[in-house]
Amino acid sequence: MAGCGHGIAAIGRRVAALAGKGTELSVVVTPAAIAQGALCLISFAALVYLFAVTDLSVLLVANNSHIDKPLIFKLAGTWGNHEGSMLLWVTVLTFSGAAIALLEKRLDRRTIAATLMVQALLALGFFAFLLFSSNPFERLVPAPQSGAGLNPLLQDIGLAFHPPTLYFGYVGLSVAFSFAVGALLTGKVGPAFARAMRPWVLLAWIFLTIGITAGSYWAYYELGWGGWWFWDPVENASLLPWLAATALLHSVSVLATRDALRAWTVMLALVAFAMSMAGTFLVRSGILTSVHAFAVDPQRGAFILALLLFYVGGAFTLFALRIGTVAQGKTFRLLSREGAIVGNNILLSTILGIVLIGTLYPLLAEMFGDKVSVGPPYFNKATVPIALLLMLLLVFGPMLRWRRDEAGRVSRYMIAPVVAGLVAMLIAYLVGSAAGLFVLLSIGLAAALAVASFLPLFGRRLSRTPLTIWGMVIAHFGLAVTVLGMASEAGYSSERLAAMATGDSETVAGWTVKLKEVGPVVGDNWVAMEGLFEVSRNGKTDEMKPQSRTFFSPEQQRRRPPC
Amino acid sequence: MNGKTALKPKHQRLLLALLALAALIVAGLLAARALSEEASFFYTPSTLVKEKPAPGKAIRIGGMVKKGSIQRDADGVTVRFTVQDKDASLAVRYTGITPDLFVEGSGVVADGRLLSDGTFMADSLLAKHDENYVPRELADTDMNAAQHSQDSLVQ
Repeated sequence: MAGCGHGIAAIGRRVAALAGKGTELSVVVTPAAIAQGALCLISFAALVYLFAVTDLSVLLVANNSHIDKPLIFKLAGTWGNHEGSMLLWVTVLTFSGAAIALLEKRLDRRTIAATLMVQALLALGFFAFLLFSSNPFERLVPAPQSGAGLNPLLQDIGLAFHPPTLYFGYVGLSVAFSFAVGALLTGKVGPAFARAMRPWVLLAWIFLTIGITAGSYWAYYELGWGGWWFWDPVENASLLPWLAATALLHSVSVLATRDALRAWTVMLALVAFAMSMAGTFLVRSGILTSVHAFAVDPQRGAFILALLLFYVGGAFTLFALRIGTVAQGKTFRLLSREGAIVGNNILLSTILGIVLIGTLYPLLAEMFGDKVSVGPPYFNKATVPIALLLMLLLVFGPMLRWRRDEAGRVSRYMIAPVVAGLVAMLIAYLVGSAAGLFVLLSIGLAAALAVASFLPLFGRRLSRTPLTIWGMVIAHFGLAVTVLGMASEAGYSSERLAAMATGDSETVAGWTVKLKEVGPVVGDNWVAMEGLFEVSRNGKTDEMKPQSRTFFSPEQQRRRPPC
Repeated sequence: MNGKTALKPKHQRLLLALLALAALIVAGLLAARALSEEASFFYTPSTLVKEKPAPGKAIRIGGMVKKGSIQRDADGVTVRFTVQDKDASLAVRYTGITPDLFVEGSGVVADGRLLSDGTFMADSLLAKHDENYVPRELADTDMNAAQHSQDSLVQ
């Protein structure tokens, strides 16, 4: 089975090489893309099967799985390691190439062929990486008895789906990249190109958002006792493409509906994929200190860096050479929807720049012999003001008309959001004035945005409102909720550390917490000490059961907060 | 259309490019300012002897937890311990939940600041005890040497 999977991956690679041969071979490119996607899928299915039956003669399975592990985590173990996750990455990459080949009918054939060619070239690089430095099907002779097991921290349902969703996101951006390079090659950067690219950007953005949220949620209840974002380099590695994808999602809409921002959109597509690759490089090379770094291997790091330089360097060179041939799109005034979206893009790019500099600075400093770490204080201080400006823009931006608008017309709509924002700030100030200016401003802006996000529905028949408008309303409202949560957490959480014996009780923020008993609990592949806490406030009582687990395979201890 | 709106396409593209450039510069400046205030340098007990940062400045330290040095205060949540490398040691205080893998004789990296009495007040601890893992900052320090040079005498 393992040999078969390996063989299929190798054939897939040859097909990719064939597909990469040239635009003129457009007759070949489409079936090649489909065949490649199908072969990769079979290869990945083979690996999943090997994990499901725990075939310990395969090195990867022996190193990362265990016969006693619950089935769901056996399956999740397929992508819970470097090699398996790279195979998943390539599978999604080729699968989306096949999807373009099958589904994209509106774009002209030459651009599609060029796009598929770029996609195949991308796949080729990753196939080489997979086969030469990270072969998931490598054999282990003799086969061990039980396997080393999956790190217990990763044996969690939230984490089972965190990596694949992120990969779908990263790879979705690779499709945007391929479209952008394809359009640069044929010179057809216009609304048709934008409409072909938009669903992929949207899909990538949705998956990235889900992936980041899932990871954050996992950190919240598994790792950090309430922390949900640590500005860890690997978290940043997922945030960077998200920021670029968010900017791209907005500018591609402008290109699709108004035929403006042509060069800008192409560049963002290149940047977005560059950020995904850079993220992969940071995670896989182990070059930065991180709780995530899971493949500390300089050779692999060098390989990914070479791929990164080749693809991204090549694409930007092409951009520099060809962008002069792309005609300028339609113009607009500063006070217009396009203008607001340019503002959005510039602010997002600024945040992206700040996060990128902070993430890479330790590497740069190390070249000069200094060991430096950059943590939350830097990121919070530098990004929060820009993010607040972005929120402000978001309150009125979606109400602006395309091409040109009058300030007087828009300001009529702004009464309700402004009132909501001021009231929220006043309430926040009365609840706790010590929270600080940025917390109060964030809460005010979040409340204003929560109201303003529904304004685009104003005066529309709800049953006839297009789904795209609903999508925008929900996303912007979601941002308001998120910022409100972040700001309240930053300004109003209270934490108390106490050592307690059975029967003791403590009070924190109006809650009484009583430790009733501590006892042992047994699970599938772990034993734990579990505490039983009774929490009560204003006559309402509830229970919490935090645990400290010890896993058998591999042996490791882990605490688990109540949830 | 008045004069203001009649921007030539070429000019608008130039304006956008300039705006993007300005954004990059602003990002760079903001980042540089915040970095100069917030980036924390890494020290080992030995390098701290040579060069003392100002008390209160955020720094990161790393070394081995000296055997027999972990003490818990009466409040049950404050720990005091000694971090050492080959040539020097440093008293550390931390209030909070210690990581599962925080044990004597293993590597530790801590974020925090020096107090005026020379004690290091840690805000967070990173500990991993695993033959495959040494905190990256400690990779070039010979930890076994550190352990043997001092602990073998103490124990």
